[in-house]
Amino acid sequence: MAIEVRIPTILRTYTDGAKQVEGSGATLDELIDDLEKRHGGLRGRLIDDNGGLRRFVNVYLNDEDVRFLSGLETPVKDGDTVTVLPAVAGGL
Amino acid sequence: MRSTPGWAPSRNPSSRRCADDPVSSGIVLTITAGLRDRIVAHARADHPDEACGVIAGPAGSDRPERFIAMENAERSPTFYRFDSGEQLRVWRQMDDNDEEPVVVYHSHTATEAYPSRTDISYASEPQAHYVLVSTREENETEFRSYRILDGVVTEEPVTVVE
Repeated sequence: MAIEVRIPTILRTYTDGAKQVEGSGATLDELIDDLEKRHGGLRGRLIDDNGGLRRFVNVYLNDEDVRFLSGLETPVKDGDTVTVLPAVAGGL
Repeated sequence: MRSTPGWAPSRNPSSRRCADDPVSSGIVLTITAGLRDRIVAHARADHPDEACGVIAGPAGSDRPERFIAMENAERSPTFYRFDSGEQLRVWRQMDDNDEEPVVVYHSHTATEAYPSRTDISYASEPQAHYVLVSTREENETEFRSYRILDGVVTEEPVTVVE
């Protein structure tokens, strides 16, 4: 089973520079746990201490922000593409 | 313990520092007058809300070329945020074109054109020039550029070319 995961520049230190890695799992949460086995530290950049997706990270399943799906419980399957992008934001 | 949003480690604000001599550090933003004017025009048009956007350029070139105004999904005078769906489309398009974000710009509408602590903590494109514009004065627009890496802000000179 292979789910393609696209990694933004700032997280490529966890993937030896790769912009794309593969993983498996039935949900986004499981997929991230799977990636953590090979890319230690990645999970902590995506998920906060309360176990939720970090606010300033956008995670997409194919074309949709998973915030509009089921968050970390969003089901994923073979052939899906998960894209991670740091949110671009700021203010006072 | 305070937790700050974003990617940078929590820092005591008094330790925020800039390069004392940006010229000697060799970093500079080189931008055409046309693109600079488009950033300023966007900021003026959206005042008093913060305006935001990207200028894409060929990956690795450090050349801003393609202007992309972005919607401020916060629609606020004190915050900006790229709409997440729009960001995906724009980032995908840049990837397809072998481009990257060379400039990430936004405006401050009542304060100086200097990155706030929130701006610093969210900065997550290591190769980008962070351009800040201030529209707090009617008769002039401040236009300044910075590199933001690992929570450290370094102001850089702006070279405007034709």
